[in-house]
This record gives sequence, C-alpha cells and structure tokens, in this order.
Amino acid sequence: MSQTSHGIGGLSYDAKKRPWPAEFNVFLALVILVAAFELVGRVFLGDSFLFNTRENVSGLFNEQRLQIIILQVSIVGIIAIGVTQVIICGGIDLSSGSIVGATAMIAMSFAQVATVNGNPNPKAMFIDYGWTDLPVIVPLLVAIGCGLIAGLINGLLIAYTRIPPFIATLGMMVTARGIAKWWSKGQPISFPTDSFAAIGKGLMPVVIFISLAILFQLILTYTKYGKHCYAIGSNEDAARMSGIKIANHKVLVYAIAGILASIAAVVLSSKNLTAQAGMGVMYELDAIAMAVIGGVSLSGGRGSIIGTVIGSLIFGVIISGFTFLRLDAYYQEMVKGVIIVGAVVLDQWRQRRRAIGA
Amino acid sequence: MSDIVLKTENLTKHYGGVHALQEANFELRKGEHVAIMGDNGAGKSTFVRQITGVEQRTSGKIWFDGKEVNFAGPIEAREAGIETVFQNLALADDLDVPSNLFLGREKVLFNLGPFSILDRKAMRKATEAALVRTAVKIPNLSSTIRHMSGGQRQCVAIARTATFASKLIIMDEPTAALGVQETAQVENIIRTLKENGEPLILVSHNMRQVFDLVDRIVVFRRGRIVANLRKQDTDGNDIVAYITGAKTGQAELQAA
Repeated sequence: MSQTSHGIGGLSYDAKKRPWPAEFNVFLALVILVAAFELVGRVFLGDSFLFNTRENVSGLFNEQRLQIIILQVSIVGIIAIGVTQVIICGGIDLSSGSIVGATAMIAMSFAQVATVNGNPNPKAMFIDYGWTDLPVIVPLLVAIGCGLIAGLINGLLIAYTRIPPFIATLGMMVTARGIAKWWSKGQPISFPTDSFAAIGKGLMPVVIFISLAILFQLILTYTKYGKHCYAIGSNEDAARMSGIKIANHKVLVYAIAGILASIAAVVLSSKNLTAQAGMGVMYELDAIAMAVIGGVSLSGGRGSIIGTVIGSLIFGVIISGFTFLRLDAYYQEMVKGVIIVGAVVLDQWRQRRRAIGA
Repeated sequence: MSDIVLKTENLTKHYGGVHALQEANFELRKGEHVAIMGDNGAGKSTFVRQITGVEQRTSGKIWFDGKEVNFAGPIEAREAGIETVFQNLALADDLDVPSNLFLGREKVLFNLGPFSILDRKAMRKATEAALVRTAVKIPNLSSTIRHMSGGQRQCVAIARTATFASKLIIMDEPTAALGVQETAQVENIIRTLKENGEPLILVSHNMRQVFDLVDRIVVFRRGRIVANLRKQDTDGNDIVAYITGAKTGQAELQAA
C-alpha cells in the first residue's frame, strides 16, 4: 500500500467552490439594505432614499444624504479601525469611547485661543500660564500621548497580569470617563484655534477615516504585525510556539487602538468646536458593532478593515434611513441592538457550518 | 560520537511525587528513524517535552548536535534545529499555508521592526519547494487551514518542519486523529524524510506503522526505557510484551 497510496486525498481543487470573501457578503447586505430603504421610500413616501429627486439640485444621487451617512460614521469609524485589529487579535476594547472623552477634554484645553471677540477667553483653562494660541501640533501631540498612555495601560494589564481584555478595558472605560469629568470639573472646554478647528472641518473627518482605513488595511495584510494579529487571534498557543512575542504584540495592538481613539477625539472636538466630558459615550459599542457587522469575528482571527468600513456604512445607512422614513430616534437604537446581535448570530452560524463542512 | 544527533543521559522528570520519567538513556544517529512506544502515561510525551524544552527536566543531561544543551523553551530548541510536530497541531486556522509555515520567522522585504513588509512571493516559493521536498500535496496554497482536512493540516505541520534546515524532527502521534488515506499520506512524507536522510523520532501507538517506517523501537514503561530494539530483531508480540510489562528484561537494552 506504500507506493500506490502516495499523495492520496484532497488533491483536486475546484476554484469555483472557493468560499468568497466574507467582505462580499457584508457588501451584499449593504446593497440590500439600501435597496430596501429605497423601495420603502418609493412606496410609502413617494421619495427616493438614494437618488436626487429635487429639481433645483443637480446630480444623479442625493449627495447631501450620502455625505451625511459617511460623515456621521467616520469618527466612530476611526475608532472601529483600532477596535478591529484588537478583535482580530482575540481581544476586545471597551475603553475607546471614554478615551475619546478624556482625550478631547485634555487636547482641547491645549488648543484654546487667548481672546474671544476682543475679550480674554473665559473658558481658557491655561490662560494664566500663557498656554493659549499654541501651534496645532501641541494639542495633537498631547492627544496622541493621552491615547498612547491609555492604550499602553490596557495592553500592559492584559499582557502581563493576564486579566481578560474585557475587564482591563472596562476598568479603563470607567477611569478615563472619570478623568474626562475631573479635568475641567465637568465644564465644557471651547474656543479652539482656527488651525485646530480645521482638522474636523467639512469632509475632513471622512478624509482622515478613509486614509487611516487604507493604511491599516495595508498594515494588516502586508506586514508582520498584521500577520501576527491574525495568528494570535486564530491560535494563541500556536503563535507562542512559533516564537511570536505575544505580550509585546498585545501591548502594541492596544496602544494603537488607544492612539486611534485619540485621533477620533481630536476630529470630533475639532468638528464640534468644543469638548465635553460626555463625549464619546457608547462609541466603543458602536465601534465594536461596526466591526462585527463588517464580518470581524469576535472569537478572533478573522475580519478585515475593508469589512469594518462596509460595516460602518451599514450603520450609517440604518441611522440615515430611519431619519429618512421619519421614524423616531428611539427605534434606531432598538434596531441597532437587534442588528448587532444578529451579526454575531450570523457569524456563529457561519462558523459552525464551516466546521461541519471541513 | 560524531554521528550521534541526540543523546540523553539519565534524563529524569518528576511532577511533584510522580516520577514521570526516570533515568532515560537514549541515542539517535544521523539519518536514523526511531519510534517511541508505550502505554498511556508511560513517559513518551514527557520524554519529548524535556528534549524540546517545553518543560524543564528534573535532572540528567542532553546532547544535541555534538553539544550539551539546556533549552529554556521550545523556541530555543527550534532555533537549534529540533522541529516538533505537536499532537495538538500548532497551526493558526485562519492563516493560509505559507503564513503558517513561516509563522514567527517571516521573510521580510523591508525591515521596519514590527511593521516590516512581508516578502509574500518568496515565502510562497519556499513553501512550494518545501511541499515538493516532502511530497506533501495541498490543493490550494492560499486557502486557510480552517478549510483543510485533518490529514492536510498534519501535512502542513510536517512540511513546516522541513521548510527550515532542521537537524531533528520529532512527531508526537502524527496520525492519531487521521483516517486511513490521510495516515498513508503522512506515512509517505515520513518515508520521504527517511530518503532525504533526516533523523526522526516518532511517538506512535500504531504497531503496523512503526514496523513499516522506523529502524529502531524504544519502549517506555512506567517512566523507564524498558526496551531498545532494532526492527529486524523483534516483532509485534515482543514489543507488546514490553509495553504491557510481560517482559521486562533490562538485558536487551545493551543489544542496540
């Protein structure tokens, strides 16, 4: 039997039966969702969701609506990029929303102008020190520093005390929110410099979101870092046996997630021209939801930034679609919850089916 | 001494009061394939874990490749040239074949620390070469391990050991969970390794397989090596007698 059996088993390969990428399914869901809103809109409202129906405006699509969709998801989308790599690596990050709050407060206090309408800025925190009208690089570096420190603490806790990521980042979530409130004793911080305000102006959040998404898609696909994220999320023991320094990698993953949350904080506070202690509440869950809807598996090892971007668009379409159908905002949140759970159920189901198929 | 790849002297491992491995003296020569047999809990896996640095021995000495060694962990052992195919396959399910072969030792185009750009083409080529060398046939290199059968997974795990210039390959029950055809496939790879002169330690329960593949059989019982026999000097009944303890002669140890 030794010679004849040489190389038996599973040799033929049917390229047609190759499972299509999960991102394709997600994109299909997006298309179906848009089509559903379009249909419901045409039938019940006599209006189009996607296309331009106004005569005084040119263009095929309803550009205003499309802009709103992508603009409102781009800030949480930036967080979702960081969360995606954390989940792929087998972890979870609940602290990103609070990091947004704390970072926005701290960074904004370094971005304030000295005078408002000829009078000294009443809200300026550091006016006594003369820390006003600082170049934009200062609040930017302060913000990234905040995100980095919070992320490093998350990562070090998870990597070296081996407590579950859920607990470590839950602690950071509560603590960072506390810092956000304590920083100005609950007062909002306003009046940023023009250069700081330019960061989140107009469609800048979208540009920043897309650039970061492309950057991290490339990093996850073409670098050692990305490969190790998938490896650790897929089989941590195998990764350890293969000589990957798991602890270092995890610290880096959470640090990057923290930095991305802090970038989101800068964009958000710049766009709103103010920072409040309550900024970013629930953003962590929205970000996780975008990733999960986009096909990122909560059990780690699977998913992509492209998927998360499409997931964020689904998110935006739902919110915008409900507004379009003139439904209450309360319904949005209820449906959001259902969709998140649905996405996880779908993921589990797909995994089980694959396991049986293999 | 020069043609001895691996040698252990009085290798001993205690887990608390349990003497899992006692004074194991073992030798492996260049190009030699040796099987380790024994009942469950006889010390086979314990023995392998001491050699590969997964655990630290209680006492005894290990020489590998002419030098006395003290591996702090499996990674050090691997760097020295001991490749192990573990019972629980150390593969990442969501990565494709080349990524798994090169996991932890990726080929890099530009070195940027952790963000080094991977040389995917070179890894793919090296993977193809390794698969040819081991006669492993995988239908599609870029499909993930998740989509493969148990046999194919095992083949990938074995091909990984052959991708790098290893000096010793250890397989811990490589066919335990496989079907008939898949077992044949893995056994053929082992034959290919034999033809290439690569030394191998095979931990196995499968008598037919052992007699088919290896040159020498070492039997463990209750933490001790109770037999060390060349294949032509023994038969299945004899081995079973040693495994079950019906035959305990220490005298045979000197024979080989």
